[in-house]
Amino acid sequence: MANNSVVVQPDGRVVPQDAEKARTPFSEFWRKFKKQRLAVVAGCFIILLFIISLIGPYITPYSAIEPDYDNILSPPTLKHLAGTDAYGRDIFSRIIEGTRISLFVGLTSVLVGAIGGTFLGLISGFYGKWVDSVIMRFCDVLFAFPGILLAIGIIAILGPGLENVIIAVAIFSIPIFARIVRSSTLSLKATMYVEAARSIGASPRRIIFKHIFPGTLSSIIVYFTMRIGTSILTAASLSFLGLGAQPPSPEWGAMLSSGRDFLNTAPHVTFFPGFAIFLTVLAFNLLGDGLRDALDPKMKDE
Amino acid sequence: MAEQLIEAKNLKKYFPVNKGLFGRKKSYVRAVDGVSFSIFKGETLGLVGESGCGKSTTGRIIMRLLAPTEGEIRFNGKDISRLPDHQLRELRKELQMVFQDPYASLNPRMTVGEIIAEPLVVHRTATGKERDKRVQELLELVGLSSYHANRYAHEFSGGQRQRIGIARALALHPKLIVADEPVSALDVSIQSQVLNLMQDLQKELGLAYLFISHDLSVVEHISDRVGVMYLGRIVEIAEKDDLYDKPLHPYTQALLSAVPVADPRIRKERIILEGDIPSPSNPPQGCSFHPRCKSCMDICKTTVPELKESEPGHFTACHLYG
Repeated sequence: MANNSVVVQPDGRVVPQDAEKARTPFSEFWRKFKKQRLAVVAGCFIILLFIISLIGPYITPYSAIEPDYDNILSPPTLKHLAGTDAYGRDIFSRIIEGTRISLFVGLTSVLVGAIGGTFLGLISGFYGKWVDSVIMRFCDVLFAFPGILLAIGIIAILGPGLENVIIAVAIFSIPIFARIVRSSTLSLKATMYVEAARSIGASPRRIIFKHIFPGTLSSIIVYFTMRIGTSILTAASLSFLGLGAQPPSPEWGAMLSSGRDFLNTAPHVTFFPGFAIFLTVLAFNLLGDGLRDALDPKMKDE
Repeated sequence: MAEQLIEAKNLKKYFPVNKGLFGRKKSYVRAVDGVSFSIFKGETLGLVGESGCGKSTTGRIIMRLLAPTEGEIRFNGKDISRLPDHQLRELRKELQMVFQDPYASLNPRMTVGEIIAEPLVVHRTATGKERDKRVQELLELVGLSSYHANRYAHEFSGGQRQRIGIARALALHPKLIVADEPVSALDVSIQSQVLNLMQDLQKELGLAYLFISHDLSVVEHISDRVGVMYLGRIVEIAEKDDLYDKPLHPYTQALLSAVPVADPRIRKERIILEGDIPSPSNPPQGCSFHPRCKSCMDICKTTVPELKESEPGHFTACHLYG
C-alpha cells in the first residue's frame, strides 16, 4: 500500500498525512531539473534574455539607430562597452535591442512550426494508412532540402524580410516536429491505457488530445527549446546574407554582416554580435539537454 | 437458466501476415477460428487456455476492440459485430473491460478521479457535482477512499490499481464486463482480494463476466461455467463443477492434471503433453489437437470435430464423444 499513512482527526475525519506534498508530475519534473546545474544556469540566462528583450529599449545607454559620426569604429572603451560600428552606433545598445528581434524570430517561427508539426504528427500517427503515407512523404520532400537552402528558396519566392524569415524557418521546422510527434504517437497508440480509453467509448478526438498529446508533450518541449537555438542561428544567417532583417535594424546577423568589411581593422564589430548569438544558441541547447534529462521517463529512478 | 445476454456465433479472427517483398503472398494467423458461446445475465463464463490460444483475442472481439473476420455477436439479441463506430460508442456503456496489466492500463498523467470519471465525461452521463459524487461512490464501492481521487495512479499498489480499473469499468452500470486476465499481474495474496471484490460486485450489481485467464484455479474460483480453448477453438465448455470433476476432452484432462494439489499424499496421474502448441498460422488438419492427443484416432486426422452436447450442458469438440 503506497502512501497510505493517514491521520484520524479528533472529530473522526480521516485525512491523508501527505495530502499537501502530493507528487504532481510538475513537482517531479522540477525535482529532477534542479539537479542539472548547467541547464539551470542556461535557463537563468534565457530568462535574463527575455527580460532584456522586454525592457531593452528603455535601458540602452545610446540609441541603436542614430549614427554618431564622431565615434566611428571606436574599440571597446568604458564609454562604449562593446565599441561602435562604422556609423558610430554603440554596439552594446544595438545588441540589447537586437535581443528582442532574435528571440521573437526564434520563438514565433518554432511555435508555428511546432503547432503545425504536432498536429500533422498526431493525425499521421493516429490514423495511419494513407493519411500517414501522404503526410510522411510530404515531410520527406521537405527533409530532402538542406534547411538553410529551403529557407533561401522560400524567401526567394516570398521576398526578403523578417516576417518571411519567420515563415521560412517555421516551414522547415514542421517536418521535424511531425516526425517526432508521430513516433511518440505510434508508441502511445499501442499502450493499454489508450486501448482502455477506446473500450470506454472515447472519441478519436478525445483519445488524441487527452491521452496521446500529453504523452508527446515532453519530447515536444525538449525539441522546441533546442530548435529555438537553431532558428535564431538560421535567422541570423539569413540576415547575414541580406535576406532577413535589413539595415539599420540591429538584428545580430545583420550586424555581423555589416562588420565583415572591417574584420582586420575593427574585429569587435563582428565579435560582439557573434558572441551574443553564440551564447544564446548555446543556452537554448543546454536548456534543451537539461529538459530532456529531466523529462525522459527512462531516467526516472537514477 | 436466466436470460441470454450475449451470444457469439462462429467467431473468427484471422490476422494477415504479409510474405515477400511486395506482400503478395498473404497467409493468415488464425487467432480465433470458429468460437461460439453465450453468456447469461449475472453469470461468469471463464475462458481458459494456454497463452496464444486466442482467449484474449476473443475478449477483444466481444468488446469490439477488434472486428471479427467472420461470425456474429448478439448482444441482447442485436447483432453488434458490424456496428459502425458511433453506434459502437453507445454500446460501450453496456460492455466494459478490465485489463490485465493494472500498471499500463491507467494513464500516468491523469489523477485517479479523472480516470474513473472519464466514462462519465465521454458519455455525458453526469456533470459537475454529480460526477464527483459518482466518482466517490465508485471509489468506495471498490474499497478505496474518496481522498484517493486526487492521486496519480503510480502512487498505488498493483491491487489498488486494479480496483481503480474495476471502478472505471463500473462507472456506466455495464451489464457485461470482459475481464482479460485481471489478476494474473498481481501477487497471489492480492489476487484473492480482487477476485472476491469482483464476486461481491457481481452479486450486488447483477453483472455478467467473461473472465479470461490461464490460471485454472482462479477460473474455478470465480466462474459458473468454463470454456477451454485450444488453438483458436473452444474444445470443451460446461458447468464449472462438471468440467473440473469430469473433464471429457483429452486436452482438458491434460490441463487439469497439471494443477498442483495442496496435499502431497495424493498422487495424481500427470498427463504430459508431448510436443509444442502448433502454429496458429498453419494448424494441423482435422482436430487441431490430434498430434498431441493420447487417444488420437484416424478420423481425428481428417475431420474437424464439432462442439456437441455430449452430456446435458456439457459440450465437447472431440470425436471420442461423437
